[in-house]
Order: sequence, then C-alpha cells, then structure tokens
Amino acid sequence: MGEPLLTVKNLKKYFPTKAGMLHAVDDVTFTIDEGKTLGVVGESGCGKSTLGKTILRLIEPTAGEVILDGVRINELSKSQLKKARLNMQMIFQDPYSSLDPRMSVAELIADPLIVNRVMSGKKQIEAKVDELMDTVGLASRLRDAYPHELDGGRRQRIGVARALALDPKFIVCDEPVSALDVSIQAQILNILMDLKDQKGLTYIFITHDLSVVKHISDDIAVMYLGKCVEKAPSEVLFAEPKHPYTRALLAAIPVPKVEKRHSRPQIIRGEVGNPIEPKPGCRFAARCDQCSERCLGRDIPLIETSPGHFVSCTLYEDQ
Amino acid sequence: MKQKSTKKMTPLRETVYRFAKNKISLIGLAIVILIIFVIIFGEQISPYAKGVDQDIMNRLQGASREHLMGTDGYGRDIFTRVIHGTKYTMLIAFPSVIGAQIIGSILGALAAFYSRWLDDVLMRILDIFQAIPGMLLSLAVVAVLGSSLPNLVIAMMISRIPGATRSGRAVMLRLVGQEHIDAARSYGSTDAQLIFRHVIPNAIGPIIVDLSIALSATILQVSSLSYIGLGVQPPTPEWGVLLSEAREYMRSAPHTIVFPGIAIALAALAFNLVGDGLRDALDPRLRD
Repeated sequence: MGEPLLTVKNLKKYFPTKAGMLHAVDDVTFTIDEGKTLGVVGESGCGKSTLGKTILRLIEPTAGEVILDGVRINELSKSQLKKARLNMQMIFQDPYSSLDPRMSVAELIADPLIVNRVMSGKKQIEAKVDELMDTVGLASRLRDAYPHELDGGRRQRIGVARALALDPKFIVCDEPVSALDVSIQAQILNILMDLKDQKGLTYIFITHDLSVVKHISDDIAVMYLGKCVEKAPSEVLFAEPKHPYTRALLAAIPVPKVEKRHSRPQIIRGEVGNPIEPKPGCRFAARCDQCSERCLGRDIPLIETSPGHFVSCTLYEDQ
Repeated sequence: MKQKSTKKMTPLRETVYRFAKNKISLIGLAIVILIIFVIIFGEQISPYAKGVDQDIMNRLQGASREHLMGTDGYGRDIFTRVIHGTKYTMLIAFPSVIGAQIIGSILGALAAFYSRWLDDVLMRILDIFQAIPGMLLSLAVVAVLGSSLPNLVIAMMISRIPGATRSGRAVMLRLVGQEHIDAARSYGSTDAQLIFRHVIPNAIGPIIVDLSIALSATILQVSSLSYIGLGVQPPTPEWGVLLSEAREYMRSAPHTIVFPGIAIALAALAFNLVGDGLRDALDPRLRD
C-alpha cells in the first residue's frame, strides 16, 4: 500500500452568516488508500456534501490540507488546479440538475474531454464517448437524446460516464443514488463497484443511507454537525459501533425479523443542534443519554481505540 | 403529446414546434416578417418615390386608388410615408435594442458570475439610472447630444441598458446557482468556458424573449420622441413625425393620423406577440 492516495488534514470550512460563522466542516482528518472506498454518513445538513466539495476545492476551504497523490490541492494556482482536476472528479446527487439541459448525451460526456483538451479530433472523442457509454450501460442509440427525455437512472449513468471521461484516480460520489428508485439504486451501485474493481478507483461515498454505504465502503466515517465522530472499517463499525450517535443510527435501521416486531428502536431525542458558532465540547452532548460534564467545555479528540477504529467520545478516553 | 413528432427533437426544434402551435404568435410573426420585408423593399413598393414631394393641389385627400391612405397637409402620399417611416423607426429601434441587450447580457453575466462587490456596485449604479423614467432619460440624452439618427440610437440604448442588464442578471443568477455549472467546474472548465459553453446557451432563450418585448416598447418610445419634436426631424417620414404633422388636421382629416397610428400599434403589438409566444414556447414548465 505505502502512501495513502488521499490525505485530508484538519480540513475546515466555515460559512459567514448574519448570526455568525457556520461551522459546516470542522477539523476533519482522514486518509484513504488507493483503491479503497470511504463512506461518509450523517444526517442532512451535517456537512457531508460540503466536505466533498471542499476536498475537490469546488468550495475554498477555510483551513486545512488536502493531499491527493502527493499533490497539495489547496496550494495550487488556478491553472495547476485545472490540471489536478483531471485526477479528481465528482458524481453529483441530483441527476436532473447536474446535467446541462441544452446538451445531448454525447455532448455531455464529451464536454470534460473538450474543455481539458486531452483529445484532439472528433473521431477520437467519439470513440471515447462510445466506450464510456458502453462502460456505464447506456445504449448507443441514446447518443443524441437530451437529459429531459431520460429517466433518473439513465441520467445518473451519464453523470458516472462524465466523471470517468478523464480517467481519474479519485471520485467523490455525493449521494449518487439518493434521488433514484431503489431498484435503480442497485444498478448504479453495481456499476460503481465494478468500476472500482476494474480501474482501481478510489471513492469517497457520501450518503445518508447506511444500507447503501455498508455494501460499497471499506471504511466508514460518521459525521455529526461538521465533525467526524467515528471512523472504522465497515464491518467493525456495523459490528461494534462505539459512539452513542453511531449506535443510535444503527439501531434505527429496521430489522426484518418477526420476533423484533415489537421492539422499539432507540430514538435520538431532540433535533440537530445549531452549527453556527458551536460551543466547544461534544456536539452530540445535548442529545446523548450518556453525556457527562466531561463532554462539555473542550473539544473531544478522535482517539484510536483499536487499530483503524477511531472515535471521538469521552466514554473511551481512558482506555 | 404526439409520439412521432416529438420523439427525436433538439430543444431548438421543440421550441419552434411549440411556437408554431400558438396561432396568435404566428400572426405576430407574420407582421414582423412583413415589417422586415417593407424595410428591405420599401423603395420598390412605395408608389411615390421618397414621399417628400409636396403636391399642394391634392392636400388632405381621403383614401383613393391613387393614394391608398390619402394625402397629408402638404399633399404627400401617406402610404408612401408610412412605408418609408417603417425604415426610420426600425433603424433606430433595432440597433439600440440589440446593442443594449448585448451590453446588458454581458454586464448581467459578469454581475451574476462574479457576485459580491461587482454585483453590488453595478446594481446600485443601475438603480440610479432606473430611478429616472426611460423616456425622460432618452429625452435628456437627446437634449445633450442633439437629435441626429445615431444620437437617437445612443439615447434609446442608454435608456434600455439598465432593464436589459437586470433581466440578463436575473436569468444568469438562476443559472449560475444550478448544479450543472458546478459539475462543469468540477471537471475543469474555466470561467470563460462556463460562461460561453453553459451559461449563455442556457440564457439565450429568455434574452431573445426580452429583446422582442423591448423592441415593441422602443418602437413606441422612438415615435413618442419624434412626436414631441425631439426625435427624427421633419420632413423625414418617421412614424412619430407623421403623427406630429397630422395633429392639426386630426379633426378635419382623421385619415392623416389613423394610418400612421395603426402602423405604430401593429408594429408594437407584433413584437409583443412574438415575445409572448417565444416565452411560452421556451418555458420549461410547459414542456412535457
């Protein structure tokens, strides 16, 4: 393995609002090895998408470092960044709004090739488009179709093909299936997993759907209000969740067993706190039934409790 | 929706198809085409040369075979003057509106794309311009520059730029916030590529709608300026000039004022109808 492909160090993104600074991503640190997938889970508004966009520098980070394949992304100039983007792509959540409605399928997939001038000659580009459409399972008769004529699954396949066009090493998948029907979700996930095996792609897979992330991820990071509260290999996280928030999340997954019919899941009380100027201390404390005085007043570090298993909770600080 | 005809349609063809279904807009389009025809072939179809030759013996005659729209107070053929007037009115309206729309769209794109300070500064400056009614603004410009044809174009353009910028900015602001612009940026499009490959092609529809509606307003404004004597100067047969000259005969020879009036109304109506039809045809909410 050696060096990780992606290193994210103390990444922060604060948005100025009238009420104060909104801490969308607050001091997030992790690494991903080449060919691995990191699943990022969390509720709506916990900063997952902002994290993905900040890593790709679609949003300028407030502080922190992103190193992809040895390149310090946040120190690049505009033209260097354009070159670095060849290696990092994004699949967007909404396949309806993320495709330019005035471009046909072939034009959409060819656009990254054209704007980066990686290929010259119409024939070469056409051949590449055909190949990409084949890879993601789009029939070649759809070349001249427009996005509004296609269903969500086909549109998202365009999104996948477009992200692959430049042969990147690293792709941020920002809830790529949450806008799709369950039956189509599986198709897209299978394509993404096949691609990972064939091309050795590295993903950050952002989702709020634990069942999706379980299938596709090697590691999972759980986010709560801009903080990473727990990170562990996928099986470990599902087998022994440590952070009270993670446990509550997993407990909320319905279990399809007759004898469990009457068991009520542990429900998280209250609502997500305010991300504007949060006080130091565990952000989950107000909703946590195991919280104590130690949880407040200072930031809780992310501690490695067992190899690869990190958790940010006072319950495990003394171990 | 008919299956066959809409199956493989580019957005452009679909728009044309949807526009053609709207009969009233088609009438508007027919009048617009007629106007353009008259501008190009005015010399050939007008019965009396330039329409400036006076014939005092035949003044204020009603409509007849020799004079389809009668004659005015100097015995000039009104039909000829209306036909030549088309050219003058449109020669001011077209370049000023198109020029204003281009400048406005670029300013609007810049304001929308580089929001923050540029947007604020630009919009406040436009606020100042828009506080003055458009008519008054062009009056002021003409008063300062003098009323020649190029100056009139400049005056009309200045009074139109704030509106064009505002509507261009509104359209593009909505576009810039859309995810497909973010997506295009994520695969390495530069700002210029974003504007020219994605923002402007998507904004062109609404801009054309705006343009045709602005044309109808500007036609009225040009005529109004000439009517009060600050626009095109007599004896040039601009439509507003025709109205102005006919004012004193309005009671005794109403045909002198009715026919130029109809021409102005029809032209303004036609561009408005085309604009409305285009707006409906381009509205994505009506797409099925």
